[in-house]
This record gives sequence, C-alpha cells and structure tokens, in this order.
Amino acid sequence: MLEINNLHATVDGAEILKGIDLTIRAGEVHAIMGPNGSGKSTLSYVLAGRDGYEVTEGSVTFNGKDLLEMPTEERAGEGVFLAFQYPVEIPGVPNTTFLKEAVNAVRKYRGEPELDAMEFVKHLRAKAKELGMNPEFLKRAVNAGFSGGEKKRNEMLQMAMLEPSLCLLDETDSGLDIDALKAVSEAINAMRSPERAMLVITHYQRLLTYVVPDHVHVLSKGRIVRSGGPELAQELEEKGYGESIEAA
Amino acid sequence: MAQQEILSTEPYLARFNAAKARLPGAGQSWLDELRETAAARFRDLGFPTQRHEIWKYTPLKALQGIGFTPAGEVARPASLDHVPSLLPAKAPRYRATLVGGVVRPELSSPDEELPAGATIERLAAALERDPAGLAELLGRVADDRDQPLLALNTALFEDGVVIRLGRNLVLDRPLELTLVGPLAEVPTQVHPRILIVLEEGAQATVLEHHLGFGTEPVFHNGVSEIALGPNARLTHIKVQAAPLETFHFATTHLRQERDSAYDGFTLNRGAGLSRLETRVKLVGEGADCRLNGAYLLRGRQHGDITTVVDHQVPHCTSREVVKGAIDDRGRGVFQGLIKVAPHAQKTDGRMLNKTLLLSEKAEIDTKPELEIFADDVQCAHGATAGAIDDMALFYLRSRGLDEAAARALLVESFLAETVEELGDESLRPLLLERIRDWLQVRRESLEEVAA
Repeated sequence: MLEINNLHATVDGAEILKGIDLTIRAGEVHAIMGPNGSGKSTLSYVLAGRDGYEVTEGSVTFNGKDLLEMPTEERAGEGVFLAFQYPVEIPGVPNTTFLKEAVNAVRKYRGEPELDAMEFVKHLRAKAKELGMNPEFLKRAVNAGFSGGEKKRNEMLQMAMLEPSLCLLDETDSGLDIDALKAVSEAINAMRSPERAMLVITHYQRLLTYVVPDHVHVLSKGRIVRSGGPELAQELEEKGYGESIEAA
Repeated sequence: MAQQEILSTEPYLARFNAAKARLPGAGQSWLDELRETAAARFRDLGFPTQRHEIWKYTPLKALQGIGFTPAGEVARPASLDHVPSLLPAKAPRYRATLVGGVVRPELSSPDEELPAGATIERLAAALERDPAGLAELLGRVADDRDQPLLALNTALFEDGVVIRLGRNLVLDRPLELTLVGPLAEVPTQVHPRILIVLEEGAQATVLEHHLGFGTEPVFHNGVSEIALGPNARLTHIKVQAAPLETFHFATTHLRQERDSAYDGFTLNRGAGLSRLETRVKLVGEGADCRLNGAYLLRGRQHGDITTVVDHQVPHCTSREVVKGAIDDRGRGVFQGLIKVAPHAQKTDGRMLNKTLLLSEKAEIDTKPELEIFADDVQCAHGATAGAIDDMALFYLRSRGLDEAAARALLVESFLAETVEELGDESLRPLLLERIRDWLQVRRESLEEVAA
C-alpha cells in the first residue's frame, strides 16, 4: 500500500529525514519509535503533505500513485489520514459542521454522493457512541477548550468518519491518562482491518501494549536503525533507545 | 499641501440655500434655526480632512469632482416589488423601508399593526404632525459641535424614520429598517436621519440593513440619534452591504440613561469607501453598552469603524469586540476611544480589535485608545493583526477540505467569535449567513483562478 524509498526531507534548510525505506502492506500495523528529534513527526507531516517540508530525494508511492505529487487534500481523498499530536482548535465552528464538510469533501473526491444532513447526523451519532463520546461534543466548536483526551478522541472520531485506508497516528498517546489511553486504543483497534494499514508513531511503549503492532521500527537521526516484531518495543522500554542507536 | 481644499463645501451650501424653503418642516422656526446653524457650522468646519486626528486614516478625496444630485430631486422610475430581508421570509417583523433616503409606505408595515404606545413614522410626516415633540428630539442626542458630517446631515436631511416606544413597552417583533440606495442614473447624495427613542423600561430590536442596486456613485451621509431611557434595552444590528460605487458615511449618536442596555453589532462589508462611527454618551449609572462588529473587505474597499465611548458617570460598562478579514488590496481602519470622566469611578471598559489579513497587500490601521481621568476603573484595550495560521490550514486540508474551503472555514471561525458576543442568540445566524455569503464569493473567485 505504502512504499517509501530513500526519503530525504528538509525543514527550513535542515535535513531531518536522511534516507527512509519502509514498506507497509494493507492490514499491517507498523510502529515507529524513537527519541525526540529523531524525525518521527517530520515523517508524518511529509506523508500528509504539510507545506514547508521539502522532499529532496526519494519517493513515496501510495496504492501505486506518487503521493508526493498530491496536495494535502488529495492525499486525504486518496485515503491518508493523519491524527495530529496537537489537534488544532477551531473556535466558532461546530464539530458537526466541520465533520460534514470534511466527509463530503472526501466523498466528492472519491466519486461518492454527498451524504444528506439526516444520514450524516445519524452516522456521526453512531460513531460518537462507539467511541464513548458525549453527544454534546458534536455541538461544541472543533477542539475549542477540549482537554487533551477529548482532543485525541475527536481525532479518532474524525478518523472513523473519514474511513481512511492509511492511518498515521502521531503521538496519539501523548498527554493521555490511562482511561483515555484505553479508549483511544480501542478506537484504533476497532479500525484495524485487512484493507487498512496504520503507522503508529510514538515515543513510549505504553500505547503498543494496547495496540499491538506487526512491525516496530526505531528511528534515529532521520534513519530507521532497527526493525523487528512487537518484542522490540518491549526491549526498548526496558533498555531505552541508547543501545539500539549505538548499535546502528 | 492644501488638503482641506480638496472637497469644497460650496455645492452643498448652495444646495442648502436653494432648497431650505422646501425642505421638510421648513417654516418651523426651531427647525429653520437648527438647519441654519448646522449649515453655518458645516461651512466653518469644512469637510473632514486627514489633518483631523480622527479622520487621519480615511481620506475623502475619492468624492472629489463628483457632482452629487440630491436623491429626492431625481425621478425614481424603478419600483421595487421585493425588498431583500435579513430575516427568514416568514419571520414576524415590523418593517420600514427607505429608498434613496425617503420612506416608501407601500414597502413598510402599516401603523395599525403596532402595539399602542409605539410609533414608527416618516420623519417628514412627524415634523408636520408633532413639531413640538420633534423639537425635543432632533439634535438632542447628536449635539456635538465638531462634527461636519452631522452638521451637513442636519442642514440637508429630507426624510428618515422616527421610532418611539413608550414606557415599559416591549416591541414584540424586530423592526427591520431597510435603506435601499437611490435608484438613479446620476450620482446622488442622501442624508437620512433616524431617531430612536426608548422611554423608561422599553425594549426593542432594530435590524438596520443598507443595500442598493444602482451603479452610479452615491454619497450616503446618515445620522442616527438613539436615546435610551432608564432600564431601556435596545438590540441594534446594522449590516452595511451597499454597492461598491457607494460612499457610505454614517454616525450613530447614542445616549444612555441609568441601567439601560445597548447591544450593538455592526457588519461592514459593502461600499467602496465606508465609515461607520458610533459616539456614545453614558449619562446614567449602571448603563451597559456593547459595540461589537465585523468588517469584510476585498478589492480596493476601504472600511472604517470608529467608536467613541464617553463614560460620564460611575458604574457603567462598555465592551467592544471588533474583528475583520481583509483581502486583496482592502484597507481597514479601526479607531476606538474610551473616555472616562474624572468622577466616573468603577467604570469597566474593554475594547478588542483583531484583523485577519488574507493577502499581502491588505492593510489595517488600528488605534485603540483610553483617555482616563478617574483613578478607580478597569479599562483594557488590545489589537492584533495577522495571517491565517498555517497549522490550522494544514489541519483542515488534511481532512480533505481544499485550500479555498479551508480558508473560508478559518475566516468564519475567526469572525464567529465576535458574532457570539451578541446577546440575542436567535439573531446570530443571520449575521453568520451574511459572513458566509461573503466567503462564498471569495471561494468561487479562488476556484475560478485555480481552474
């Protein structure tokens, strides 16, 4: 589904990604772990198409298409979803209004008919209920004044509504207490399917006890320095990143 | 630089001398004197120039060289069978419609619908029916002696509306006041005068809507005088959506007595050159004044919102949240002044202006000011200007919204915060709708460019 070859990227002239190779197949969950500053978030931004992140070398192919050629919104239409580490607050715009506009934009891109208001609201309420969200959240402005946990749940709600084929989860566990972590993990697990791939970016191992990945990669200084199975996450938790990075 | 010579007062004074015997109410000595004094004051003051501190950012030179015929003298061949409304079609309302500054009874609601104790009248008719009453009102709130455009309006007004609500009368529906520009084939001038008087305990909502259909220049110089008695409450929305050929100047003079409340919201999005000025005198303790608003400017539009709130007595509050979005080469001006008199202790005055600049050539001049002569007050002001946040834009685009849609949603988000300041929640959607209209035009033009 996703093929990253020798990806190099710079931000403000500084090279952050220095040759990433990664292949993710449909149905797989990959975790990328690494210390702060290793390039984890940069990778997620490059994949989602944030301005100012310049790819200087390499390629990214998504379902056979050149992902890097597409503007951000087309990537969303193609099925890429990035759950933000710091979801943006949009005061004055109700969650429902925003989600409806987003869902219909993506449906339009995919050549599907727009949902009518009733259908949409029904669908949204059902998804919110699955996530254990208070329906009041749907009326509130997008993320405005939400707690950290509420923001992350809202990301999961957006993910569920947009039905992406590739979920990029950037530090989705950061700032969550144990209950919120469990709820968010359940939401992620509920989205796992043979047609969908996930890239879970995290600093800590704790999310990976709930969302067990198929593959774990260690990112350091812009390169993947180790890859392994879920046991690698446990090892990193016990020994820290030092050894893996030195061994590279 | 002889800037003060740019706009000559002569044609206006000549017009006054030629027409004064025919203007409404002519022959009533109090009014003749009021008009003469105003004309003389206008002659002495001249048109405002950028040398006047309060007109520093809004030049009038665009009016130069245009001969504006009084709208009342130009035939109005077109008739209107439908007047656009801010309210949904079936919403109950009272209505007064002016075309070219003159009330059109056939487009206004009949008097018999009004509750006893309320009157909504043509100014020209009220001057005939109740001259003594009008002598008590006209120029009483707008008594400033240093305002040339007020003086010009007083000298030349031909019509307008007088709204009076008696003691404790609550107007059960909003009053929609629609001012349609002159339907003329030559440049015109119009000086409408609106008087709103709410006696003790009276309550009303007034929706003022300025629009037009013409393509000829219009010099609109409106003056409103609003007097709120003790405990009176007025919600006053003003939407200025005149055609780009219009020069729209309007000053609202407001006087508030004890424990009265004014909840004002101004949406300034029309006219090539506009200045909406509000001058408030808080003369009774416990009065509360809200002057919120938004401006939407594009092309080469110039829009000025100026407010002066004069806290003359203790224990009054004033609040202003004015936000705007400016695109292309638009230019915005915000000037806000809160004055606190020496004995006006416990004054609580706050003012905030924020602007979103949507293009590199867009410009805002913002000048919030405090002039405080009392020592036990709480006053604050602030102003910011900036571009759309890149991270927010990326966030929305990552959810599938194209750039134009994402930008529109972020502008709406930015402005929605000021709409939420409006106390009457039921009126917020009509303002949001007017904001979305504007954004939709922008979205379409961006899509055209992209295509």
